[in-house]
Amino acid sequence: MVPPHKGASVKLDEVRFAYPGGQAMRFDLLVPASEIVALMGPSGSGKSTLLNLIAGFERPGSGEVLIGKADVTRLPPFQRPVSMVFQENNLFSHLTVEQNVGLGRSPSLRLSQADRAAVNEAIVKTGLAGKEKRLPQALSGGERQRVALARVLVRQRPVLLLDEPFASLGPALRDEMLDLVAELHREQAMTILMATHDPHDAERLSNRLVFVENGTIAASGATSEFLAGKGPAAFARYLGERRLSR
Amino acid sequence: MREVYSRRGRIYAGMLALLALGVLVLGAFVGLGQEALQSWHGAVSAFDGYLLRVARFTLLQAGLSTLLSVLPAILVARALARHPRFFGRGFILQLFAVPLALPGIVAALGILALYGRAGFLAPFLSSLSGERWQGIYGLSGILVAHVFFNLPLAARLLLAALETVPADQWKLSAQLGMGAGATFRLVEWPVLRAALPGVATLVFMVCAVSFTVVLTLGGGPRATTLEVAIYQALRFDFDPARAIALTLVQVALTALIVFVLFQLGATMTADASLPAAPRRSVFPRPAETSFNFGVLLLALVFVAGPMAATVIAGLGADLPRLAGERAVLDATATSLILAGLAAFLCLLLSIALVMARRSLEMSRGGRRARLLERLTDTGASMVLIVPPIVIGAGWFILLRHFGDVFAFAPLMVVAVNAAMALPFTMRAIRPAYDAASARHEKLCLALGIRGWSRFRLVDWPALRRPAATGLAFAMALSLGDLGVIALFGSDRVKTLPYLLFERMGSYRTADAAGLALFLGILCLGLMFIATYWGKRTPDGSAT
Repeated sequence: MVPPHKGASVKLDEVRFAYPGGQAMRFDLLVPASEIVALMGPSGSGKSTLLNLIAGFERPGSGEVLIGKADVTRLPPFQRPVSMVFQENNLFSHLTVEQNVGLGRSPSLRLSQADRAAVNEAIVKTGLAGKEKRLPQALSGGERQRVALARVLVRQRPVLLLDEPFASLGPALRDEMLDLVAELHREQAMTILMATHDPHDAERLSNRLVFVENGTIAASGATSEFLAGKGPAAFARYLGERRLSR
Repeated sequence: MREVYSRRGRIYAGMLALLALGVLVLGAFVGLGQEALQSWHGAVSAFDGYLLRVARFTLLQAGLSTLLSVLPAILVARALARHPRFFGRGFILQLFAVPLALPGIVAALGILALYGRAGFLAPFLSSLSGERWQGIYGLSGILVAHVFFNLPLAARLLLAALETVPADQWKLSAQLGMGAGATFRLVEWPVLRAALPGVATLVFMVCAVSFTVVLTLGGGPRATTLEVAIYQALRFDFDPARAIALTLVQVALTALIVFVLFQLGATMTADASLPAAPRRSVFPRPAETSFNFGVLLLALVFVAGPMAATVIAGLGADLPRLAGERAVLDATATSLILAGLAAFLCLLLSIALVMARRSLEMSRGGRRARLLERLTDTGASMVLIVPPIVIGAGWFILLRHFGDVFAFAPLMVVAVNAAMALPFTMRAIRPAYDAASARHEKLCLALGIRGWSRFRLVDWPALRRPAATGLAFAMALSLGDLGVIALFGSDRVKTLPYLLFERMGSYRTADAAGLALFLGILCLGLMFIATYWGKRTPDGSAT
């Protein structure tokens, strides 16, 4: 069994950032350890940028990114205690399922016995048993994302970032994947930030919702309240007719 | 603020490759420069009537070759575009790709075997003109050879331009009942006009720096280009001062043409890709159809003729004796080893430059490309400004201070051939690498896959196939090259083209024909492998 792990808090302290020639962004955010947060907001509002700043793909112009107690602002992505799942391109198309998961343990694919055991366990747990030797092209879209989640499992990082990971999947499959993420969370208790456009995703997984607009965090609160229409007016406009009726 | 993280290694690799190229080109100019300083008087006095004549002839033959290649190519290209489906269309397109892969000396021999004084067509041409056929040498020979190489090239490039016409426009022109003339004016000419300047300048460039064809088919001082004059100044007269004057003019001329090419936005590496036959609604009238087929038949005969002559003349040689001959075996071994090394070196340089370019592009984000990135990009194709003979000449002059010049032959051949094939291999590799990088860059960063692990696990699997294509292509190019080896060749180091040239020079025509067939098959085989690998796409489904 994989031992249970603790999540780590994520803090963005007056983080400023701008793409060359782009809008100035500013983020202040505290996500307590092991919480699940949904990031919602219009396209181009800065959801992905926020995740990229935490993951280390982008560096803030000023301000600090803290994970747990550590200042990770200057660390390259692979030295941060973070796993990230993208909407696509999570797998290397020429490597098998097993190898793609194994990369989570060793970036040069030199795996010990224990590593191999962990890889196999993660494959079984994500429902991919029997598909270890397949190449990504022989998998469905849902299965590919399962492989990515299996890799998250073996990496055992205290923070998980999901950048619209299930946006291209059908509704039933989405629910399955969200449940799988919830299961991983029960096991490893990592802090999760998920960018999504779908209120249903947010409702199913998160307890807190962060609304990003125009390169900054416009509002945040309990997911259930926001989706019940008790959020700010801007959020209601963003949701439009998709508000959940419960 | 964007950060470099693990990109530094790749950028250093690219800088190292640029340094190697820089040493190769600058070394040549150092050689030329210090000689020019020592004997500047000689160099200045070498700007004489002879040089002027040579420069004029260089421009004249290049201009005529361009006209004779491009104008018929327009007819050929639109004939092919107007008839998207007929038996043999694919064969014609395949055949038109062959001259691109054929070594200059092989083609020159094929043309002599057909139109030469003792060529297959000599009796026919004698009876036609009423006097004994003198064979084509000099300007006419050069023009025929250049058209043989460039008409198919231009036709393919112009056809590719015509293929960009949207299918709806063809449909519309058919529906409106446009005839051949109206279609040409309203549909075809606009795209052709856009493509013509680039195509013509490219052909002009190829002809202005053509060495092998002029060396083998040109005759005497009346039909000599700058490149050949440089070679003669060094190899026969040993007159470095004259060589320098000629080189300066040559470099200025090619720099000018390349500048024009870049202004026109054309690529310097002619596209060898085969346009697919699209479904197109064209309904030519019977008169036009017969005209088009006449054009295609003429072009086909013109292009296939020298190839057929090469094969027939080659089969007429005493092949078993040639195959057992020591000199032939040695030259084959030398050629294969040198070409193999050149191709390998070329591949290493290409990979380094492509990786560095991509890394620099990523680190700058949306900002404008800086000098280093542009150097790793188009900079590499700038080596084409400096023709191999010029680089060879510079080093030839420099190296004679350091002992026996001819002992450096292998090194020079490998280095210069590698540099010359560079733009082509880079073109094979870059799209695959950039696509793989776009897919995997973030993931590699996130998982900490770096350095050698990254190359082994991520980059190499994506590069394997295009690298093989580039390797075969570079090897074919350098195998058939008679450039640097013409300067540095000696009894100790002989490649196949050099041996072939020697046999030609000593009037052992049958031997030369046999060797030409052998060399042609070798190069075409490699090119075939290159395109075959290039076409098969790897298992790249989007993940």
